[in-house]
Amino acid sequence: MARILELVLNGRRRVDAVPDNLLLLDYLREVVGLTGTKTGCDGGECGACTVLVDDRPRLSCLTLAAGVNGQHVDTVESLGQDGRLSAVQRGFHEKLGSQCGYCTPGFIMASAGLLRRNPRPSEDNIRAALGSNICRCTGYVKIIEAVKYAAELHAGGLAP
Amino acid sequence: MNEILPAHTIGAYVPMVDGPDKVSGRAKYTADLIAPSLLAGRILRSPYSHAEIIEVDISAALRLPGVKAIVTGADCDKTFGVLPIARSEHPLARDKVRYRGEPVAAVAAIDDATAKQALGLIKLKVKELPACYTSKQALAGGASIIHAHRPSNIERDVLFELGSVEQGFREADLVCEGNYDCAEVCQNQMEMHAAVAEYDPVRERMTVYASTQVPYYVHLMLAQILDMDMSRIRVIKPHVGGGFGCRTEALNVELIAALLARKAGGNVRLVTTREETFITHRGRPQTDIRLKLGMRKDGKITAVECECYQRGGAHSGYGIVTILYSGSMLYAIYDLHNVKYIGKRVLTNTPPCGAFRGHGTVDIRFAFESLLDEMASELKLDPLAVRRANYLSAPTFTDNDLMVNSYGLPQCVDWVEQASGWRERKRKPPRGNGSIRKGLGFACSHYISGASKPVNWTGEPHATVKIKLDFDGSIVVLSGAADIGQGSSTILVQTVAEVLGLDLSRIRIVTGDSEVVPKDNGSYSSRVTFMVGNAAIDAAQHLKRVLVEAAARKLEARPEEIECLGEVYRAGAQDKGLTFSEVVTEALKDSGTITVTGNYSTIPQSHGGKKYRGAAIGGTMGYSYSAQVVEVSVDEETGVVNVDKVWVAHDCGRALNRLTVEGQVQGSVWMGMGQAMSEETAYHDGLLVTANMLDYRVPTIQDSPPIEVSIIESNDPHGPFGAKEAGEGSLAAFLPALTNAIADAIGVRFNTLPVTPDRVFAALEKRRRAGNGDAAQANIRDV
Repeated sequence: MARILELVLNGRRRVDAVPDNLLLLDYLREVVGLTGTKTGCDGGECGACTVLVDDRPRLSCLTLAAGVNGQHVDTVESLGQDGRLSAVQRGFHEKLGSQCGYCTPGFIMASAGLLRRNPRPSEDNIRAALGSNICRCTGYVKIIEAVKYAAELHAGGLAP
Repeated sequence: MNEILPAHTIGAYVPMVDGPDKVSGRAKYTADLIAPSLLAGRILRSPYSHAEIIEVDISAALRLPGVKAIVTGADCDKTFGVLPIARSEHPLARDKVRYRGEPVAAVAAIDDATAKQALGLIKLKVKELPACYTSKQALAGGASIIHAHRPSNIERDVLFELGSVEQGFREADLVCEGNYDCAEVCQNQMEMHAAVAEYDPVRERMTVYASTQVPYYVHLMLAQILDMDMSRIRVIKPHVGGGFGCRTEALNVELIAALLARKAGGNVRLVTTREETFITHRGRPQTDIRLKLGMRKDGKITAVECECYQRGGAHSGYGIVTILYSGSMLYAIYDLHNVKYIGKRVLTNTPPCGAFRGHGTVDIRFAFESLLDEMASELKLDPLAVRRANYLSAPTFTDNDLMVNSYGLPQCVDWVEQASGWRERKRKPPRGNGSIRKGLGFACSHYISGASKPVNWTGEPHATVKIKLDFDGSIVVLSGAADIGQGSSTILVQTVAEVLGLDLSRIRIVTGDSEVVPKDNGSYSSRVTFMVGNAAIDAAQHLKRVLVEAAARKLEARPEEIECLGEVYRAGAQDKGLTFSEVVTEALKDSGTITVTGNYSTIPQSHGGKKYRGAAIGGTMGYSYSAQVVEVSVDEETGVVNVDKVWVAHDCGRALNRLTVEGQVQGSVWMGMGQAMSEETAYHDGLLVTANMLDYRVPTIQDSPPIEVSIIESNDPHGPFGAKEAGEGSLAAFLPALTNAIADAIGVRFNTLPVTPDRVFAALEKRRRAGNGDAAQANIRDV
């Protein structure tokens, strides 16, 4: 069975007919073509597919596409303005919070969600907000630095 | 007037050149190549650990609408394998299956649901055989034979004795022996294996996009498996989401995708699940080690006897090399003489192991540094003093003919001693609260900067880089080096920019397409910065000569009078000079587009020795060194160990990019922490029961400590700008530094990995029951 999905995706209204059992992750990647959101596991283990649904981090691999009807969904492609990197993107790039880059969109969206809720997070806040995202390259040290730096940039006026 | 200076980034903190693509979601990985024309590929895997295949009946599956092709072992009688001397693996099992999860058939269908449905219609008829799941079972008399050409189930026996261990143990004041058991671990890189194969039946050409560290080896194996001329094959490596060694050989995934595409006469996308990625494996083998050391009262090691059994899994892969590394890399860190090594690489009915980060050195280093710590405590010596009593003096050759030119280990040890406050804290150990006990542990490790003899010895230079300069003044570096997230593209851009004195923005890099870039052996054994970096410097120097000659012509000066300042070339400080684009215009006048080549070859003295069979393994141009101090808090009530902090010093010769060196060192230390504390692939009768990231327990950000890095620069005489490797050498030291810290905290020594809370709790319970609650009573073994 299919149903009509109407949502605001990365700031644009969109309507699609989607099968009932289609995951939000597969909708984003295969129907819309937004491949920035990654598949890293067989469901709910790694956080690579994290997107924001109404500003809250959500695992798109455990969310049905039809379930976000009427909501705002933001993926990594939504960040940055006028072609410039956002605060979190700059943090991950400049502080090497990203090595192979595969977990990066998930970490970036979880961090952007954190900064939208809490613009001045402590290190404990950062650890708690990123506790369900796995990175296999960095040992997380530079990810924490990246988010701290992003918070500074955000305080300076750059969107998260 | 502002002084004109060449641009300069070597030694600076430089973000990666491909970072903006990764943080914006634009970077395309193989699984991101989604197109309506692609067929979906799926693999049927054996539910048996060891069985004779009687029939693979695909007739019902073929009748399913939407199925475009099915391949089985009958479609390919060729074998593959990374080592030319050990190619015994079929992409799809023929005659026999040897591990649970081995591919037996694969389907290409119009969509994933149809492909999955078709798998369910394939009937596999077998005769089950007894299976061997452990080294012990495989080596027992009457054990089931896994490969007919290895009737004893031993893939490789290694035995050497250099010097006399008998003599060495006689000279010792203390002789100790320990047994160590390190669990099998898996790379578990974030990107699951994926391949897209496009077959053009009209021109009979194959293009394969693969998530690989070694596009060249994939190219070779595709030609072999498909029985196609190499010139008809093109291999493209998109962005790769990590590897850590599991992709340093062609995997069955890309080979099966290609077989399916050719049979279907079309394009196939094959993306494995996380479970299948675990089963494809190529991780670090479960390893049993018996180690015996002799030591004088002053800490000098007089003899080493090491016996090592690796449970290699069902196919050889890199196995022969792994078991050789474990022996040869006993050397090149300390001044050792009487050394005996007995190594056995065992075949078992489990997924094949491979070349995990720190290849062959990690478990051995764990044993070695653990026993050193134990002996130091017995002799009432500081563990650091024991290392200091055994330093090498570079330049030197080891007894097994390994060439050591630069040796920053003493500086590494000094730094961690000071930064961690080792001496003060050892005098006055920090107190814990309640049931918490604090401890400090220390250990060292080392690694190669690329194997001096490549596995596929062709006589070509070890690395080749091309640079193209055209009318627009842009410089394009062409390299086959595979950036898998370690930052090799950034390093190559930096090295070329440095030689030419240009800003990074003028340099672009193209990698990962066999149609365009020169062949490269790939990203493994930490070879790229050293080998390809040197080739890039060579190419850039060629280009600089061409540009200097052009500037000399234009300025009517002699080339040796020309000063290259990057964006300006001039003949003496008074000369206004030429801009870079004016020099380019002059240089292109006669030749048109300029292409230069740079090469690098290792020197024969670095090729290792001939004192025993396989003694070339371990030979490299430069060894990195690492020292670590780990601080732990152990909760004696729960057995939970928390790593409070790590201090690590890594001798990488010279840091070409401090940011990426720090990132590599932190990542290595942390990966060592996973192996030491929580990671283990566990099997039940050959069935992998840790096939997801919850059961295969990777440390989260909540478990991970601050890791303070010091970069030690010993300036290797052969390294590019003095550099050596930075991405592997710091992994191994974490494991023993952790168990040494735990021994310091609670007086219990763990020789079995991983040190999980269950194991710590059980050991503490055992001690409590024995009525021995005194933490000062050290050296209680967990085994």
